[in-house]
Amino acid sequence: MAYSEKVIEHYENPRNVGTLDKESESVGTGLVGAPACGDVMRLQIQVSDEGVIEDAKFKTFGCGSAIASSSLATEWIKGKSIDEAYELKNSQIAEELNLPPVKIHCSVLAEDAIKSAIEDFKKKRAAKQALAADGESAKAQG
Amino acid sequence: MAIKTPIYMDNHATTPMDPRVFEAMKPWFLETFGNAASRTHAYGWQAEAAVEDARDTIADLIGAKTGKEIVFTSGATESNNLALKGVAEYYASKGNHIITTVIEHKAVLDSCKRLQKQGCDVTYLPVGTDGIVDPDDVKKAITDKTVLVSVMLANNEVGTIQPIGEIGKITRERGVLLHCDAVQGVGKTPFDVTEMNVDLASITAHKMYGPKGVGALYVRRSKPRVRLVAQMDGGGHERGMRSGTLNVTGIVGFEKACKIMKEEGKADHERILGMRERLHKAINAKLDEVILNGHAEKRLAGNLNVSFSFVEGEGLMMAIKDVAVSSGSACTSASLEPSYVLRAMGLDEELAHSSIRFGIGRFNTDEEIDFVADLVTGKVQKLRDMSPLYEMHKEGIDLKSIQWAAH
Repeated sequence: MAYSEKVIEHYENPRNVGTLDKESESVGTGLVGAPACGDVMRLQIQVSDEGVIEDAKFKTFGCGSAIASSSLATEWIKGKSIDEAYELKNSQIAEELNLPPVKIHCSVLAEDAIKSAIEDFKKKRAAKQALAADGESAKAQG
Repeated sequence: MAIKTPIYMDNHATTPMDPRVFEAMKPWFLETFGNAASRTHAYGWQAEAAVEDARDTIADLIGAKTGKEIVFTSGATESNNLALKGVAEYYASKGNHIITTVIEHKAVLDSCKRLQKQGCDVTYLPVGTDGIVDPDDVKKAITDKTVLVSVMLANNEVGTIQPIGEIGKITRERGVLLHCDAVQGVGKTPFDVTEMNVDLASITAHKMYGPKGVGALYVRRSKPRVRLVAQMDGGGHERGMRSGTLNVTGIVGFEKACKIMKEEGKADHERILGMRERLHKAINAKLDEVILNGHAEKRLAGNLNVSFSFVEGEGLMMAIKDVAVSSGSACTSASLEPSYVLRAMGLDEELAHSSIRFGIGRFNTDEEIDFVADLVTGKVQKLRDMSPLYEMHKEGIDLKSIQWAAH
């Protein structure tokens, strides 16, 4: 199969490969796909107190299109608010990379990875706020 | 000597033509162009003589008694179709049961599927994790309705060599015909239709450094005399088994390829085996978690099929485009399903996705092997650094313990 130039460019020079501390309160991690299906993406975001994605990293097991899709996804969401990033559609990735129909699922996976990372972050933030609220109410009662 | 890229290392798909084959074919394009079926002039006689010589040479290479047992076809797909459908149709009154294996080439499997639609019963025998069929399974599957057993000589993906001789003993004893798709193995591993009791055998020129578009079906003429119904109607060529003007030029090339195989096959084997071991050792020296697919010894000398765990095959092929290889990864096919051969051997799907098939041949060199070993190990390391699975593996996480969402 012939790849588009943009896929090849991202594949050969992937942006933002790496790992963020998944235990950190400001980091959300999305792990999507399955080894048996031939692609797994892990996308991580580091979010500021204002809800802006300050950093994004990925690691992907998959074909060139999967690697390019995740690379592009991290590039696009950096600097965006988590609400903006949540709106990113797979079709935008597919269009930018000129993915053929048989590779559309790679862009779907990248969208899923972004959403999953944001949800993970939101869960952590909610848990932290709940904990803080508990602390507040405990203080008030004490 | 400078290495020319991409290096061709996909010799199970096709082999480059030996220049000596090309030289032998040359006059048959422009000068001696006669139709082998023309009985009325020298052009025809000359072509016929060349074709008859070729039959004898090919018969000799596979241990057949006479050139009359060789039916020329357009290639192995046609040979397989003719063997299965032709035999099933001819022997329909005797029985309608066919036995084959799950790892056969699609030309055999899809012929069987069509025959099933037409009322045949087909048993698809499993293979072990080493990719080898158990002759006992063949024995147990034979019923009084069985007319044909079809098992390949060597598998095109993992190179595993099947126990054709043992299966031949069983089929002969039970009075069942044995067809062997010998395409990948002829000239590369011992194959003798007389010794192995093979009744029909498919072979093709382009897997043995000959031209594409010409193949043959060996059809035994005595003890037993095998009959089949032609699947192509016309002038009644090839003793009524395969109509169509013979590809004389191709047949001349096929003959030359067989002659070279006969003379140099053994030496080729030793050299190719040496190169495969060199490649395998170099890979294992630099990488962990590399799994060899197929039997370690009972395999074609030129076949190295390995899974680079935690790296996806198509992604890897993109990184190593200076070498032409193939992968059992789903992404290389339109179906998104990984190799049915590897899955039939019980390989985990993720490892099937991670498989690469190196097919080493007559024209590869040690320098190319070293270049490929460096390229592959370097790129696998790079892709593993990008792989979440490798990172998890290194952290001691059992990937099987994770609930992956299928998509």
